[in-house]
Amino acid sequence: MGALILQQTINALTVGSIYALIALGYTMVYGVLRLINFAHSELFTAGAFIGLALSGALGVAGHPMGGILVGLITFVVIGLAGVSVEIVAYRPLRRTSRLAPMLSALGMAVVIQNAVMLIGGRRPLIYPSFLPSGVIELFGAIVSYKQITIFAVAVVLMIGLELFVNRTNLGVRIRAVAENAETASLVGINPNTAISLIFFIGPGLGAVAGVLYSSFYGVATFTMGFVIGMKAFTAAILGGIGSIPGAVLGGFLLGIIETFATAWMPVLTGGLIGTEYRDIFAFSVLVLILLFRPAGLLGEHISEETMVYKSDF
Amino acid sequence: MNTSWRGALALLVIPAMVLLIGQFLPTYPLRILDTILLYAILGMGLNIVVGYAGLLDLGYVAFYAIGAYAWALLASGQFGIHLPFWLVLIIGSGIAGFAGILLGIPVLRLRGDYLAIVTLGFGEIIRVLMNNLDGLTNGPQGISRIDAAHIFGFTLETPYDFLWLLVPLMMVVFLFVWRIQASALGTALSAVREDQDAARGCGIDTTRVKLVAFCTSAMIGGAGGVIFAAMQRFVSPESFTFWESLIIVLVIVVGGLGNPFGALLGATLLILIPEMLRAYADYRLLLYGIALVIIILARPHGLISRRYGPSWLMRKCAGGRGGDNAAV
Repeated sequence: MGALILQQTINALTVGSIYALIALGYTMVYGVLRLINFAHSELFTAGAFIGLALSGALGVAGHPMGGILVGLITFVVIGLAGVSVEIVAYRPLRRTSRLAPMLSALGMAVVIQNAVMLIGGRRPLIYPSFLPSGVIELFGAIVSYKQITIFAVAVVLMIGLELFVNRTNLGVRIRAVAENAETASLVGINPNTAISLIFFIGPGLGAVAGVLYSSFYGVATFTMGFVIGMKAFTAAILGGIGSIPGAVLGGFLLGIIETFATAWMPVLTGGLIGTEYRDIFAFSVLVLILLFRPAGLLGEHISEETMVYKSDF
Repeated sequence: MNTSWRGALALLVIPAMVLLIGQFLPTYPLRILDTILLYAILGMGLNIVVGYAGLLDLGYVAFYAIGAYAWALLASGQFGIHLPFWLVLIIGSGIAGFAGILLGIPVLRLRGDYLAIVTLGFGEIIRVLMNNLDGLTNGPQGISRIDAAHIFGFTLETPYDFLWLLVPLMMVVFLFVWRIQASALGTALSAVREDQDAARGCGIDTTRVKLVAFCTSAMIGGAGGVIFAAMQRFVSPESFTFWESLIIVLVIVVGGLGNPFGALLGATLLILIPEMLRAYADYRLLLYGIALVIIILARPHGLISRRYGPSWLMRKCAGGRGGDNAAV
């Protein structure tokens, strides 16, 4: 029993790491632009495919060191793609209603998904792993090196982001723009630089998550971004959108809820609610949390003035 | 309300012409025309919540699905029930309206994007349920062998037959949403859209107003679903993905929020563009996405402004005597 719970916790942390990495991209964009960047989940897919192409080109499948190289290049490529998406599709709409950029993001999501499909093909691709193979036994639970690596990479990236945002000059600019873009521009901060930076880091992290995800499950499909992206977005809201620690907490929490619900619900309900309902646990939890804490778990209390909802759409 | 007979005539002549011309069209364009009308109806329904009340609902497809499954379950061999079309239309939109209230109650406290994401979740929950309640919905295989709709002794089979159902229905929905906008409820809805707190301060029961909006909008979605199932004679969860909700949102945003003409124009564009791109096969959706982004970049507030709604047209037709109509 204890071993089983431990095993599930480990599985939950693996999935949670991936959700958390993607959620960071959603939460940073939302924190600054109040925009649900629907294209983010497709950049996650694009990242996985670029990782696959690089693995072939560099011949590094199965080498963890090669994996680091692939991860870095993918980060930069998708980061630049994210910056271009923002410049092309969101920047011109910054002064319009809030619905327009969101739908433009949807349009971009369609474009990216189909570009990935045209280049990578419709069929699921077998994905070479960049992660070390092998397992260790821990109090009766089996932990693979893959899982440990995913968790470690995610934690390193998240700590790196936290340090970057809180300790560096550029990070201060990002926070200033997130706080209030107009005031920030009054003190000489160019909001566009900060926003471009956000659109570089967020999709970059998402792309690394894409490589990790596909390496772990061994497949990549051009449609995989949607469901994972929705869950990562749920995680971002769960933790309190706009908050970086919130996204991390939300990601791990969602991983835990999903893993345990999938494992225990069929037992508890006598098979009435089976594992096929996995994808709706996330949304059900989201609805419940939002009803009791509309700003998410770590979200700031949103006062009437700070939230721009008065004429939302 | 002394709307001019000339304006009323304009609103009658065009649909009559559509029916007349439809007789000479081949099946393929007729099918597209049907689809456009169906999406225009759905768009007008969703407009009540998104355009009038300013509440972004990304789960509209759920109501559409409920309506479609109502026809699929109550008029097919699935359970051997074969109810008449009108009865199912009422039942389907009734259940959808009830679901609208059920969704409305818990999410009333939420605003903006939170509301959007919860409604999205609701749409997904309904889809997953349809996918898994095998005993009821036959799961992913869907329900086939659905009855043809019989109306006034006619059997609706060809796309042209459905034009006779869709055109009058669209006019009814059109008049309905237009009158809603001009009514006290419409005023309350725009008050909620512009500033909820001020609206509440003025004594508007925002909770009730929002619930009514959710309910009526869901009923129209449900009716659309019943017709969709009668047209397709086959339903499966595949037809009710998040993408479908988005298309309907796009229909009203591209056309112009809160304007029934906008919903018509938006539906026309969003259905026609992919049809015109059919020749490009694999590149079709890519080009569609690019077209969407370009349209939104070019006209972020939609193609037809709220200002040029039916009331404006009525005044124009009445000979430019502005101001004689309270509805603006």
